[in-house]
Amino acid sequence: MPPVFELQGITKRFPGVLANDHIHLTLEEGEIHALLGENGAGKTTLMNILYGLYTADEGKILVHGSEAKIASPEDAIRLGIGMVHQHFMLVPPFTVTENVMLGVESLHHGLFLDRKSVARRIREIAEQYGLQVDPAARVQDLSVGAQQRVEIMKILYRHANILILDEPTAVLTPQEVEDLFKVIRELVARGVSVIFISHKLKEVMEIADRITVLRDGKVVGTTRPGDTSLATLARMMVGREVILTVDKAPARVGPVVLEIKDLQVRDDRKQLAVNGLSLQVRAGEILGVAGVQGNGQTELVEGLTGLRPVSGGQVRILGHDTTHSSPRRILEQGIAHIPEDRQRDGLVLTYPVADNLVLNTYYLPPFARGVQLRRGAVLAAAEQLVHQFDIRTPSVLALTSGLSGGNQQKVIVAREFSRPIQLLIASQPTRGLDVGSMEYIHQRLVEKRDQGCAVLLVSPELDEIMSLSDRIAVMFRGQIMGVVSGAAATPEQLGLLMAGIRPGEERVPA
Amino acid sequence: MGISVQTEIQPGTGREGPSAQPPARNTGGQVLNALSIPVLALFSALVISAFFILASDPVVLAAYGKFLLSPGHALAVSWKEVADAYTALFLGAIGNPAAMAGAIRTYLATGQTNGLIQAFYPLSESLVSATPYIFAGLAVALGFKCGLFNIGAEGQIYIGALTAAFVGYTFTGLPWIIHAPLTLLAAALGGAVWAGIPGYLKARTGAHEVINTMMMNYVAFNLADFLLNGPMKRGGSTGFIPISRDIQASAYLPKFFPDPIRLHAGFLVALAVAVGVYLFLWRTTLGFELRTVGANLRAAKYAGISVTRNFILAMALSGALAAMAGAGEVMGVNHNIAQGFSPGYGYDSIALALMGGSNPLGVVLAALLFGALRNGATDMQALAGIPIDIVSIVQAFVIMFVAAPAIIRWIYRLKAGGGFQAIFTRGWGG
Repeated sequence: MPPVFELQGITKRFPGVLANDHIHLTLEEGEIHALLGENGAGKTTLMNILYGLYTADEGKILVHGSEAKIASPEDAIRLGIGMVHQHFMLVPPFTVTENVMLGVESLHHGLFLDRKSVARRIREIAEQYGLQVDPAARVQDLSVGAQQRVEIMKILYRHANILILDEPTAVLTPQEVEDLFKVIRELVARGVSVIFISHKLKEVMEIADRITVLRDGKVVGTTRPGDTSLATLARMMVGREVILTVDKAPARVGPVVLEIKDLQVRDDRKQLAVNGLSLQVRAGEILGVAGVQGNGQTELVEGLTGLRPVSGGQVRILGHDTTHSSPRRILEQGIAHIPEDRQRDGLVLTYPVADNLVLNTYYLPPFARGVQLRRGAVLAAAEQLVHQFDIRTPSVLALTSGLSGGNQQKVIVAREFSRPIQLLIASQPTRGLDVGSMEYIHQRLVEKRDQGCAVLLVSPELDEIMSLSDRIAVMFRGQIMGVVSGAAATPEQLGLLMAGIRPGEERVPA
Repeated sequence: MGISVQTEIQPGTGREGPSAQPPARNTGGQVLNALSIPVLALFSALVISAFFILASDPVVLAAYGKFLLSPGHALAVSWKEVADAYTALFLGAIGNPAAMAGAIRTYLATGQTNGLIQAFYPLSESLVSATPYIFAGLAVALGFKCGLFNIGAEGQIYIGALTAAFVGYTFTGLPWIIHAPLTLLAAALGGAVWAGIPGYLKARTGAHEVINTMMMNYVAFNLADFLLNGPMKRGGSTGFIPISRDIQASAYLPKFFPDPIRLHAGFLVALAVAVGVYLFLWRTTLGFELRTVGANLRAAKYAGISVTRNFILAMALSGALAAMAGAGEVMGVNHNIAQGFSPGYGYDSIALALMGGSNPLGVVLAALLFGALRNGATDMQALAGIPIDIVSIVQAFVIMFVAAPAIIRWIYRLKAGGGFQAIFTRGWGG
């Protein structure tokens, strides 16, 4: 049986970069093939060529054994290839049915949209592939996992049997990731072949039949999960030994920097998201706040940084009461903040990199003289920071939107680290980043802690919390369930606390 | 506080991939790209408006009545009507190039200026028309830069004109060097307060500025009516028409050339103000904050920028600029304020700011265009008998096409430009 598709010698050049370098890749019938690589390795470019969004400069594509010319997504769809992108292409106010038929609308009497037959077909496909989708639901009301299933439905509706998933788990909760894997296995059992693009080693090991690693536009190797290990894959991806756990010296702890007493913060629905929380963070330590997302972590960080009004309790930073201080005053106390949504909260994507590097320091010397903004000083500082933090950008004047996720995060880190700080609040600092970038951010956090900074790390990734934190506080329903030493903590212990079960209260499973 | 220099070498993390289009490096190409949509929008608007011209002309309609008998005749008549209309528009807006060249030759040969004055009159009138558009366009553009819709430009123009007239005729015996700037400043302050109120309401309560600025317009119009039929009326309560006293000569914006050319210093002030707006937005810390609030409100907050302060500042500055449009008309053209003196400068300038991409250079160019269209329209009506409202139709289509460039790209099969579509308004989401 010929492979479902075969890419032979695919080469693609962009100005200044060789994105794909004579890549060979085959996808066998009924297999889940993972494409692993860092951001910028060329995986998305390669799949975009297969999907007709780009044209290869050299090489050929064979689909089911015969050569194919794929000049546009329409050609790809006709060949049975479908792609679910990292950022969904759905119209939120439209229903699932309307989204699925967008572009291939069924009409009756030639003029009117035939939603009923489309909905019927959707239910048939859902039945056939075991994909839970409600044709009448409005997309904006659906969870992220459900929206992703709509994207998959769109592809199946167009008779695809080759499914390309681009970083599908980046936006999913752990439970939704499990659901997605179930869906993928069902699809494969019914004759679909899947390409799974990712940079997450553990997931790839769990779901894939075969794994191909790309680095710098070239194929480094193809292997099976059984024949390899996380460490080997990481080394293939990055080209050198990658330390997956963080090596750190014991903490040299100093005085209390951040003191939170009985804090109360309301969320957008006026409910108490932070409900009597008390915590202390000392200089020279990393305090990790673990917990499933949605237990008040976001509101806690917003309350601490002045972005959300505090309804009760007290926050003291270095002895100063900052409970109701403005964000600027808090920043000026020597607080740095890496926000959980870097594109929405941490950067102005339409600004050049240089402007983002001074986003909270532009009004201080040397960048300003009174009201006058000194472009020269801004650019000089930007050049220095880009060099120092190895931010990959064509120039400091390039728009920040053109940077990869990892480099965008580096811009934020560079900005925050470019002034003297006593307290660093890092909220999901490695969300959506590849292994190399993650390692980099982790090293910077430990470095700051070793320099005597107090670090408050908030993350739903238990691995990250456990490998970085000196002490771990578990947050559940707006309160701290318990604080344990980082070295002594176990996932089971933390898992119980994260579920709201204090030690001594373990219930017998129902 | 300043920056601390850190000296460790950081490890690399992999190659930068083409995650977005490479930024357009060639500024010439960028300018061309930026101009192509507005130019094509204008062209398409003129083409579509041509059909309206035809539809409103009884001669053309009659010719089409006989279309089946002599199609050639109908088409010829159509073409002639449209050609006449647009020729009149051009002559009224810019003037006759041959006449202008001839007048220059005559002047160089004989020193006679009559020909020059006559030939360049249309162009000068376009610049006079453009002056309030520049101010008002900058006003709306500045608002957009902060993510705010200033629909109140028209009312602010009236407030500016009222204030300028009052300061202009009340203070006697002041030298020009003091009186004129004082008048302008007073007008700007009036506009700043007028727009600052909706700005303050937005900052404190989140009340949408579209509603409040629009409502303030009505207050301004009615205030003007009251004042011009009462306290500010020429001749007091026994006066005949709602027009104010003339301002003192020391409050004039002087003209450069002899009558009938009305081009006045306000035009230069407008250009200078445009440069000032550019410097403010891109070369000062206040401007940086304002633009950041407009570009990403949340990131601005995270960076410590006070959103409320910038909303108020942006609206106040916007109001001040719009008011200067009114002041310019009072001080440079009419030397008084009359009821209904503005043919909708404030409303047109919303479209203008959009067309100019909310940046000062674009606004100046768009203002020159709108000024030329307005000016040429009067001639189009007088010479070719085309209703002056056709120009409003042209403007409306220009707005539509600039607001939805995908239509233009689809018509002319253009590729979408590289780089970012700057989003300069925040819409109703607040």
